Amino acid sequence: MAKFLLLMNYGPATNCDLPMDQWAHEDIAAHIQFQHDLGKELTDNGELVDAQGLAGPELAKTVTFTGEGAPVITDGPFPESKELLAGYWLVDTTLERALEIAAKASAAPGPNGVPIGQPIEVRELMSAPASSDL
Amino acid sequence: MSLPGPVGATVEDLLRQCAPQVLGVVARRFGDFALAEDAVQEALLAAARHWPVDGLPDNPRGWLVQAAVRRMTDLVRSEVARRRREDEVFREPSPGEVADRDDTLVVLFLCCHPELTPASAIALTLRAVGGLTTAEIANAFLVPEATMAQRISRAKQKLRGASFAMPGPDEFAARLRSVLHVLYLIFNEGYTSSVGGALHRTELSGEAIRLARAVHARLPTDPEVAGLLALMLLTDARRPARTGPNGALVPLAEQDRSRWDQALIVEGVELIMAAVERGAIGEYQLQAAIAAIHDDARRAEDTDWPQILGMYGLLERMTGNPVVSLNRAIAVAMVHGPAQGLELIDALDDRLPGHYRLDAVRAHLHEMAGDVPRAVAHYRAAAARTTSVPEQRYLVDKAARLAR
Repeated sequence: MAKFLLLMNYGPATNCDLPMDQWAHEDIAAHIQFQHDLGKELTDNGELVDAQGLAGPELAKTVTFTGEGAPVITDGPFPESKELLAGYWLVDTTLERALEIAAKASAAPGPNGVPIGQPIEVRELMSAPASSDL
Repeated sequence: MSLPGPVGATVEDLLRQCAPQVLGVVARRFGDFALAEDAVQEALLAAARHWPVDGLPDNPRGWLVQAAVRRMTDLVRSEVARRRREDEVFREPSPGEVADRDDTLVVLFLCCHPELTPASAIALTLRAVGGLTTAEIANAFLVPEATMAQRISRAKQKLRGASFAMPGPDEFAARLRSVLHVLYLIFNEGYTSSVGGALHRTELSGEAIRLARAVHARLPTDPEVAGLLALMLLTDARRPARTGPNGALVPLAEQDRSRWDQALIVEGVELIMAAVERGAIGEYQLQAAIAAIHDDARRAEDTDWPQILGMYGLLERMTGNPVVSLNRAIAVAMVHGPAQGLELIDALDDRLPGHYRLDAVRAHLHEMAGDVPRAVAHYRAAAARTTSVPEQRYLVDKAARLAR
């Protein structure tokens, strides 16, 4: 068992580049039902550690400070940036199963029920060293 | 002593009712609120372990005081080893001393001390007055237990030196305002959850109502205490109708009003009527009165908007709060039409810059006026800026439906 962070970014998915606020009402409802069911499945399996969505990039700030003068605070990053985190699942499970969950999350239904194919990045968390005889 | 009902539930209710009273006795005796709070918390945990197995003691409060004093003695002794204090503080309390005093309010005033940040005051209140464990509070706010423990312990450090007594007459009103504000924040935290995806964390709303009831029972003639309790009841009454399938947000106008809790509404209306008659109208009473007008309408279209508009006018003058002005703009739109409401909102851009609620209200009023493209644009803008998942889903869905 290990912990894996499943990261979902903003940006066009394989089958869908339409923002959700332009989908049909039924498609939004089906997508939300899917996310709800996935969350329940992970909880029921005892795999879910945490899952959160991040507030939109409109509210994002970037802070840089070199120790001199005042910190520089800028708006953004904005959605044009390819690597912009939208949300994550943190699961405690095997790599095999983490990849399976990522595949499932990637195939969340989009417009007309077609799986959107959103890329999901799977990253293992660092942990304590394994026991060793050396 | 035997009480009806399942022992588990009885024990928990009893423990939480006793918690601030026991804390009062121990804090007075030792003059150290922070240490006393730790000792009482351990006594509560011990009681929660033993009572369901061994049965309730004859005098639960006395049992808790003794357990807490014993624990306190250990804690103080270890401090004394360092600080060399006198021994006389270690005598056991006499039963009379335990039974007659109710320090719930004193403890509450201390926990809501204006020196504390709201987050600290909330955590300390839930533990010391509410009798919740650190783990339960951490869970309700979705933070690790160690973080919450630290928050509580820093709050207590900050209170070192604060006197364990009711505030004097000169500062009573201001200190009571702090208490009511903290209870209001706990209620809102539960009602419109500011973190995570769940719209209701009922346990926090329920706890806020329980605490407000406790304050009202001890200050029955204070109209703002009654006003706050009424506001909570009248708002909480709509909870069953406020969420649809999968936690979706249902706005007031679309709620199935038959699902509102009529018992809470009756109680809230009685409270607010009695409070208003006592004079000295305050902001919680006004908010409760507005909630009562909404709850009184059988259908959304029966809502007495002119009366609500009048009350928001009073509230705006009383508080100068721009969120109140935004709500007044909605009432203006309902009474005089969306164009006038929108005009008022334009004046709020400087005072609530970038707030998603401005866009959300604009979207509704444009929709009312039949201007679909503007409504869609504002629904989308609001969805992009809200930090509540159910609200975002609602706004995205509104935009999608209108854009069809």
